[in-house]
Amino acid sequence: MSGTRPYPDEPSGPFPSPTTTLEDRDGRQIDIVALDSFADESLEDVVEMYVQFDPEDRAQGIPPTGEQRIRDWLEAIAENTVNVVARHDGDVVGHAMLVPDTGDPAAIDDPGDIEWELAIFVLQAYQRAGIGTELLEGLLGHAIDVGIERVWLTVERWNNPAIALYERVGFEATGTESFEQEMAIFLGE
Amino acid sequence: MNVLVGLGGSDESIKTLRQTIDRTEAVGDDLTVAVLEKPESKRSQEEMQEEAAELLTAADVDADVITLEGDPGSSLVNYAEQGEFDQLVIGGGTLSPMGKIQLGPITEFVLLNAPTTVKLVR
Repeated sequence: MSGTRPYPDEPSGPFPSPTTTLEDRDGRQIDIVALDSFADESLEDVVEMYVQFDPEDRAQGIPPTGEQRIRDWLEAIAENTVNVVARHDGDVVGHAMLVPDTGDPAAIDDPGDIEWELAIFVLQAYQRAGIGTELLEGLLGHAIDVGIERVWLTVERWNNPAIALYERVGFEATGTESFEQEMAIFLGE
Repeated sequence: MNVLVGLGGSDESIKTLRQTIDRTEAVGDDLTVAVLEKPESKRSQEEMQEEAAELLTAADVDADVITLEGDPGSSLVNYAEQGEFDQLVIGGGTLSPMGKIQLGPITEFVLLNAPTTVKLVR
């Protein structure tokens, strides 16, 4: 396996595979769904979510603002991403994704050999309702289903609620630390 | 203005230098280029020094090119502190595969310790 990040020795999980349904803390029915493809309608639904996203909650420059820049960003990374969304009444209200950490398309053939960067965003009106945890676990469950073993992320070092959430599912801080805290999880071989 | 640009040996460092040279030409700044000791970089310190000199010559910009040994962040801030610099210029971070801006530990050290204005080049 390529890459230089340290990963935990012990695998985390198991995690639930999408599709799952939950009732959030506000009594809303939320479906956690894996996207088979990330183009056309499914991509547009996610673009629509990011258009609604409050820029105050951006992290490290993403999501971009403005519909065109949002679409350009998602289209640029869409091809080999793994995507899970939270839907309420058909609308996407949360989006979690894994982006392969390689410039070599052929390397995607064996997802267990490469590292995947994780990001997750939940619309402000749906935060603090338990959706983020379910969405994150659903993404990791789906990742295991498709053979992904190593996932990493960066989070702003002062974002304690997010760091606590990542730790709860099994992410551990790696050695690298500056304005961003890097974290990694091992999903098993 | 008296400008000090600090460079590692990455492609980002080349971009930072190119933009700094353009700015120097446009406004007539005095420029000093400091090549830092970063053994893990794509280019060695000597290679980076040569490439910086070539870029300066090609742009017909007269600047001192020096190398600094030891920890990159602290050696750069220390050098800036000893000289009469108005501005310290460094690279403005890298992008993760996702597109997230990542600022490394050197950037953090420079931002929190430099006595001068610091410019991050994107």
